[in-house]
Amino acid sequence: MRKIKSAANLERAREQIISKQKKYAAVISVCGGTGCQAYGCAKVKRAFQRGLGKEKLRGRVALKYTGCPGFCERGPLVTLYPQNIFYQRVKVEDVPLIISETIQNGRKVEHLLFEDSVDRQKIISSQEIPFYRSQMRLLLKNNDLIDPTQIEDYVAVGGYQSLAKAIYQMNPEQIIKEIKDSGLRGRGGAGYPTGKKWEECRKTPGDTKYIICNCDEGDPGAFMDRSLLEGNPHSILEGMLIGAYAIGASQGFIYVRHEYPLAHKHAEIAITQARKSGLLGRNILGSGFDFEVETAKGGGAFVCGESTALIASIEGKVGEPRSKQVHTVMQGLWEKPTNLNNVETWANVPLIIRQGSQWFSSIGTEKSKGTKIFSLVGRVKNTGLVEVPMGITLKEIIFDIGGGPKDGKAIKAVQTGGPSGGCIPAFLFDLPVDYDSLTQAGSMMGSGGMIVLDEGTCMVDMAKYFVHFLREESCGKCLPCREGLKRMGEILDGITAGRGNRESLFLLEELAAVVADTSLCGLGKTAPNPVLSALKYFRPEFEDHIDQKRCPAGVCTALIHYSIAEESCVGCGACKKICPTKAIAGEKKQSHRILSELCSQCGSCRDVCQVNAVWVQ
Amino acid sequence: MELGAVNGIIDKYQAKITSLISILHDIQDQYNYLPETALKKVASRLQMDLNDLYGVATFYKSFSLVPKGRHSITLCRGTACHVQGGPKILREMKKELAIEPGQTTKDKNFSLEVVNCLGVCAIGPVMVVDGKFYGEMNWVKAKRIVEKIMKKGNGGRA
Repeated sequence: MRKIKSAANLERAREQIISKQKKYAAVISVCGGTGCQAYGCAKVKRAFQRGLGKEKLRGRVALKYTGCPGFCERGPLVTLYPQNIFYQRVKVEDVPLIISETIQNGRKVEHLLFEDSVDRQKIISSQEIPFYRSQMRLLLKNNDLIDPTQIEDYVAVGGYQSLAKAIYQMNPEQIIKEIKDSGLRGRGGAGYPTGKKWEECRKTPGDTKYIICNCDEGDPGAFMDRSLLEGNPHSILEGMLIGAYAIGASQGFIYVRHEYPLAHKHAEIAITQARKSGLLGRNILGSGFDFEVETAKGGGAFVCGESTALIASIEGKVGEPRSKQVHTVMQGLWEKPTNLNNVETWANVPLIIRQGSQWFSSIGTEKSKGTKIFSLVGRVKNTGLVEVPMGITLKEIIFDIGGGPKDGKAIKAVQTGGPSGGCIPAFLFDLPVDYDSLTQAGSMMGSGGMIVLDEGTCMVDMAKYFVHFLREESCGKCLPCREGLKRMGEILDGITAGRGNRESLFLLEELAAVVADTSLCGLGKTAPNPVLSALKYFRPEFEDHIDQKRCPAGVCTALIHYSIAEESCVGCGACKKICPTKAIAGEKKQSHRILSELCSQCGSCRDVCQVNAVWVQ
Repeated sequence: MELGAVNGIIDKYQAKITSLISILHDIQDQYNYLPETALKKVASRLQMDLNDLYGVATFYKSFSLVPKGRHSITLCRGTACHVQGGPKILREMKKELAIEPGQTTKDKNFSLEVVNCLGVCAIGPVMVVDGKFYGEMNWVKAKRIVEKIMKKGNGGRA
């Protein structure tokens, strides 16, 4: 794309790109997100390239390698336009059929269409699939329309128009007012009003100001920021440009965790392309506004998601947080005023500027405006990214969109908010999902991870998992977090090993209160939440572990034992073959049995048994 | 040790302190670990105290000060992978390779790593082998992948 020197230039460029794109009779969008890559979408894309070449269709059919449409569990995903046909679980061998049947003859390939699990009807377009039906995809809507490595694709869907509007039709105060009026709150989890933060940063005196995009999405079970930065990096850049103009910042950083190589690569490409196109760097859009962005990589430290630790990391230091008595909007990077927002927060900005604060604030609830992307994962049928208006209930997300339990086991809770959040029991699934309701229930909305737990999940094990996670990730700077979490972990280890007593629970609660009260940063302050919420709603499970030395979910290996149901066993020998401790006896075609003194409770026998004859108690 | 590559990497990032972690990642990709001589070069060119640089290199989990294996196996320990059976895969990998996470096999063939979330939660449990992502893993599939690499290494057909 040529250098764009004015708003009119941008509009002309958009028209030219659209007219170029019109020469294609059809578009094949192959999802190129990390999830689909794990399923082999790169091979599918190459097969399309070969197939289109062979059929001499390359001039008439465009092939796009796009971002993630969200339904990762059904990948590799392929969408055909203009018919809007959604194919899922596409394999390399399906590609010639798609070209010959759908592209050349307009017929559907039935076995690639999504089948409704209720009425067994084949569904053609993604909008009709239950997973997508209740969603409101504002931020994710372009993910499967654009190639994230092509700035032209973003410009074609109206990209950078909000920037032009902000620079040429608004002044910084008006932009900040628009963001404030929209009610946008930080999507990283804390929920601080974005406009207010911008205003504070703008008002702080100083010639040099920075803005940062936080893509250190460390919360386990969350991946919306990755998909946004991977799938639509220019939308984040545009948000940052508008923010920088409003705040008066001249330099920005996109901090990407190193576990997200594709997101980092796409961010780098987007920066280079935006710079070449006159949308980044000096004299942006010919307006005299200068702003630069570079990426900074993380090093695998969860604590660097905390703003002050992240800033230390960009400065080339150890990623330890500092006290926030003086906030980063006053003293942040290199002690200069710094405005830090999460990826999803930045991605909302162009939408608000383009469509207005009134439109944005009409979506959601009184105190939680707009949409929120959740990663719906765990023991639920449909897993993937879900963008919904705030205020929707947990029940709607888990059952209407997620399709309910994965394999028949009843859903008993949902874990939200990552290690700072907690577990919400099924009887509270009518709660609306917003900043305040989930906090009142003892969890938090957080960055958007939503892990569904069923009867096969042990809540004591979950509490232990989070405490160990945070103990490992604690930077060690302050004692309550470093030592308190270690001790909490030891207590929970004892409970799951059958060494717990009633005192353990009181001690756990006492320690939790101290860790929360006296830790320096958000990691430690919120670390006890998963334990406290599990104790609040699932205390009987803890008591079972302590009093009965029993794990009701059959997870804690020290408290379970395996046995083979004689009447069900067909004597196939699969369990005997797989058992690492030779703990299974029995002849072929005869009922087998487990020798408990040799059994290591690894569960391998249960994994391989075809007739579900292995029981766990 | 030939440090031409280190200088090239530092030049690529214009010796910016804000790119320190990227520089260290690239050096590790080049040498399979962070050699002491390379760290000394980084410290002098970025005008950093070597102790501070070691502080950074040892704080961040993604760096290794000892050579890693020819093949890296990374298991995700995120919540979604955990509830879908991730711990069982880790247990099996530890047994298969006879090493703990963070260690390398004696023959320098494999390094076993764990990451607290790889962010591909919808298809968990997730495992990354030499940069390639694998979803919906179980311990049987994981074992098969490792055995395939072992066979290849022994000149057999994988």
